[in-house]
Amino acid sequence: MEGDAELQDLYREVLLDYFRSTTRKGRLEPADVRAHGINPVCGDEIEITARREGGGLAILRYAGHGCVISQASAAMMGEALEGKSEERVRELVKAFKAMMLENAPVSSLPPELEALSALEGVRKFPLRVKCATLAWNTVAQGLSAAAGAER
Amino acid sequence: MTALNAARVREDFPILRRLVRGRPLVYLDNAATTQKPRAVIDALVDFYERHNANVHRGVHTLSEEATNMVEASRRKTAAFIGAARPETVIFTRNATESINLVAHAWGRKFLKAGDEIALTEMEHHSNMVPWQMLARERGVSLRFAPVEPDGTLDMGKFRATLGPKTKLVAFTAVSNALGTVNPVADMIGAAKAVGANVLVDACQWAPHRALDVSSWGADFVAFSAHKMLGPTGIGVLWARAEILDAMDPFLGGGDMISRVTLDGATWNELPYKFEAGTPNIADAVAFGPALDYLSALGLDAVRAHEEALAARAVAMLEAEPAVRVLGPREPARRSGVVSFNIAGLHPHDVGTTFDLEGVAVRVGHHCCQPLMSKLQCGGTARASFYVYNDESDVDALGRALRRTLDFFKIATKAGVR
Repeated sequence: MEGDAELQDLYREVLLDYFRSTTRKGRLEPADVRAHGINPVCGDEIEITARREGGGLAILRYAGHGCVISQASAAMMGEALEGKSEERVRELVKAFKAMMLENAPVSSLPPELEALSALEGVRKFPLRVKCATLAWNTVAQGLSAAAGAER
Repeated sequence: MTALNAARVREDFPILRRLVRGRPLVYLDNAATTQKPRAVIDALVDFYERHNANVHRGVHTLSEEATNMVEASRRKTAAFIGAARPETVIFTRNATESINLVAHAWGRKFLKAGDEIALTEMEHHSNMVPWQMLARERGVSLRFAPVEPDGTLDMGKFRATLGPKTKLVAFTAVSNALGTVNPVADMIGAAKAVGANVLVDACQWAPHRALDVSSWGADFVAFSAHKMLGPTGIGVLWARAEILDAMDPFLGGGDMISRVTLDGATWNELPYKFEAGTPNIADAVAFGPALDYLSALGLDAVRAHEEALAARAVAMLEAEPAVRVLGPREPARRSGVVSFNIAGLHPHDVGTTFDLEGVAVRVGHHCCQPLMSKLQCGGTARASFYVYNDESDVDALGRALRRTLDFFKIATKAGVR
């Protein structure tokens, strides 16, 4: 709707596009990284599967149902993290969470996370921040578990 | 029955004057907790300003006043629920604690491996998890009466979950998630027919419908003050005196004892046996005016008012093809709770867009994850009405709905936009 500035600030057009996108939806079988995340506020679940190649994440998929914020965040995350080294993935997770949780300025986001600035408006809705961070926490947890299994 | 005058009622609730995100508050989350009338807020302030002291201990004036005020609230509660003996009203923190009290103090003493507890699939987590914990600890089995697709119980299937091993039947009188009003008397009758004890979760009944525990014939009834205009931090467990006498205490400490030596203790009389430690005195006192307020309105008028608003909301929501209303089709089987989903939209997004319109609804699983799984939805948006809501609140709900449909470009009754 034209003119609904309040809603447009939260649900930016790019978020709605990512929300509807099916590019990275699904589940990889087999997968090197596999993690299951739950948002206790709403009970939403997300499953992240990924394949590693040469010390990085080659391909990442997310499955489950969720709100616009959580699904768009997962889709943008997949796009940003694929092809990155695991060390870089950890840095990017940290940088994204700093923006969402510590109010770090959007301008400080690394270039790979430029699209994620669209989630800026979510910070005005503290109860929704967990929706935005769910996929990121889940992938971090999956990487730690995969690293633990190798040791 | 005098019809409820919501316009006059609204004047008694200071919070309804505030703005939310620049718009007047439209509070439709009453199944979660209700707002408080001036009389309840004043009672809290009055208690702390004039009467504050510990109860059942001192012989000084304030202690006597505080004790009398708590006991007056207890008598008021007993009268409100049709309990002949005030000492069968135990004050807890909330209904969750009331149910846990029964699981610990009755369940652990009287249930053994091989016994069965019958529940329904529509229970709130608070009437499910305590039994799951007890079942694991004592080797008790849980059986669940299934919920039909329309959110009701089939009495034949309910009866089929009961048998000679059933020692307790615990169920909600009204579903918090769907508004389903269960056939409480028939269910209690079926439970008694197999010799089981019965616990009724009356959280969504006590605030909205006349309650008479003596005619129900249940053994335990639990509810929370904060869902019926009272303060948070006060819950009620009513139980038959004989069963309370037979039970062990829940928590040990002060107030619940009769005599303590280094070797042990004997228990105080009812209700204090179950009220260890300094209770939530001020909130128990302020629950009294909440009950007075509801009694003055008349529970039949409260119920009729809510049912009319719920019916109006259901009709408004169902006029939109993208909206699916859950719960019973028959208005007589629905309380003032209306749960719905918008096709293609997650309840959380519905909740946030409604909030921008000043409309407070609950979204999510409503502490009923097994029920949501059964109905194959991750959650719902839920509007729940109470005494201060009126038709303008249903209209606001409609405005919020249309704004949401417009923004997310969902086909509406007016055509695809």
